[in-house]
Amino acid sequence: MSSEANTIDRPLVEVDDLRVDFGSHRHPFHAVRGVSFHINKGETFGLVGESGSGKTTIGRAIIRVNPVAGGEVRYKGKRISGKLSAQEDKELTRKIQMIFQDPMASLNERAKVDYIVSEGLLNLGHSHTKEQREEKVAKALEDVGLLPEFASRFPHEFSGGQRQRIGIARALIMEPEFIIADEPISALDVSIRAQVLNLMSKLQKERGLTYLFIAHDLSVVRFISDRIGVIYKGQLMELAESEQLFANPLHPYTNALLSAIPMPDPVRERDKKLVVYDPSCHDYEKDKPQWTELEPGHFVLGNAREVDGYRKKLGL
Amino acid sequence: MDEKPILSAKDLELKFTLRGKVMTALRGISLDVYKGESLAIVGESGSGKSVFTKAFMGLTDANGAITGGELWYKDQDLLALKTEAQWRKIRGKEIAMVMQDPMTSLNPLKTVGWQIQEAVELHQGLKGRAAHAAAVEALRDVGIDDPERRFRQYPHEFSGGMRQRVVIATAIACKPQVLICDEPTTALDVTIQAQILGLIKDLQKKYKLTTIYITHDLGVVANVADRIAVMYAGDIVEIGKCEEVFYDPKHPYTWALLSSLPQLGVKGEPLYAIEGTPPNLFMEIRGDAFAPRNPKALNIDFVERPPFFEVSPTHKARTWLLDPRAPKVEAPERIRHLKEEGVSLRVQ
Repeated sequence: MSSEANTIDRPLVEVDDLRVDFGSHRHPFHAVRGVSFHINKGETFGLVGESGSGKTTIGRAIIRVNPVAGGEVRYKGKRISGKLSAQEDKELTRKIQMIFQDPMASLNERAKVDYIVSEGLLNLGHSHTKEQREEKVAKALEDVGLLPEFASRFPHEFSGGQRQRIGIARALIMEPEFIIADEPISALDVSIRAQVLNLMSKLQKERGLTYLFIAHDLSVVRFISDRIGVIYKGQLMELAESEQLFANPLHPYTNALLSAIPMPDPVRERDKKLVVYDPSCHDYEKDKPQWTELEPGHFVLGNAREVDGYRKKLGL
Repeated sequence: MDEKPILSAKDLELKFTLRGKVMTALRGISLDVYKGESLAIVGESGSGKSVFTKAFMGLTDANGAITGGELWYKDQDLLALKTEAQWRKIRGKEIAMVMQDPMTSLNPLKTVGWQIQEAVELHQGLKGRAAHAAAVEALRDVGIDDPERRFRQYPHEFSGGMRQRVVIATAIACKPQVLICDEPTTALDVTIQAQILGLIKDLQKKYKLTTIYITHDLGVVANVADRIAVMYAGDIVEIGKCEEVFYDPKHPYTWALLSSLPQLGVKGEPLYAIEGTPPNLFMEIRGDAFAPRNPKALNIDFVERPPFFEVSPTHKARTWLLDPRAPKVEAPERIRHLKEEGVSLRVQ
């Protein structure tokens, strides 16, 4: 119990100077470089960036699918990147779950919902009887707003929103503490998006879940996230509480992302100026950029000259 | 805009037969599209928006058939076209289409240049050098740098946004009159989405194209559409100028679509979600198709299908709420003041 007490103030997940490489050892491609952030228990951390920015890779590194090339990932203060004992491995597999982007592609078309949802339990060798397992599946389906009868159906009988709910049920049945949601709503219709987002918030409140929410659309992330990290080409550009980020976006890339959000307002939308981020606007030849904390909890990547400018902008 | 429409559908009814069961995908839909305008068709998946526009190009699936109504392109009765050869005179040449997913609409085994050139040769009758030049020109038109080099590259050498540019280049290379964009940006990132929409808008001006956007996201069309048609369960429920639909929507379904946009949500409160699912099109729909999902539906909504009520000469909606006898029901609070206050993304 004493070890529990120690971890209470610590963030649930800490990512420290993470590097993930792809390709050969001789010519590695750094998909993620020097990324550090933490996620507190019970909060939602949003990770935003365009395709190819490495946001999914970070999620996959945390869940231990992609090997870590440098730095480390800690869960409740314990290093989880690298080798683990079989016991720890099993434990983490249960505690950290994932929800995927495309519900059309992420469910086994040839399995019934019953099997899809309970596959995780089977894999971990839980000694449930058939009845117990069926009861758990029924419970998980009810939790996500589906009928228990659906267990005997196949995925193709469901709509996109329902399929995403099945994907969430599959994660919930493991009784996880931390869920990595990788673009969980990008493939869904706008009207269904709201349903899934609301469901995720409700589950978080009820169970004290912690989310890592990966997306490319800032307008969606704003809703669900307490803090947001903006990532570009494998590096974090800016990190702040969502309020801070929307009130005072500093990095030019954050501004570009913000300006790209389409607004349901024809008159203002026509006058809108689209900011395009050009990485060559930085002068990093001599003056190397540093990950700097400007105000409590608001980090930005910039060199000394830029950071001065940002400070002025914030009125510090 | 008072001239004759370039594309016109009248009471179009389209049915699919699936394992002996009949599904009515389009329930007597009427729409006029005028030359040079840009129209957005908005609706959920399964509302029939793609089926509708595919009918204009004769691309209805083999198990589907148009069972009623009329379909015109200028003076050409499209329903009179029977053979593929006849259709080919219209499809691609007069009406071109940009599909949703650039990953699947290009052939991975052929260079992008070859694919554009093929379209040019087929539809414009150009050969060899001339066709090559036209294809390179099309690539330049869509903002691809160094088109001569890119011409010889394969789709996998392009990013998602660039691939969509190639698809657009293929479509406009044949100098069509009408460009149908079926969810052109759904598979793309927000930043790229804005660029692609901007590109289509520029091309529309340059070539005086008539464009039809199909999307499920009302949020993306505010900038690009002159008029908006909202589709639900195989019919248009509201149509009007962009400003009219955004600032003064009349149909409860349009309200619901607008309210569920995350851009309009307030942090800390649940997002507005449309309850239930779209109706089963295998069943006969009575009354207003949206009534079962509309918490404020009137009794008559379940009995009789509403006609179109005119709000202004350019704006009409299919809802009993516009009947003079109907009780006054206001649009939801969060979308009522869009015009005065605009949308603020700042978190309060």
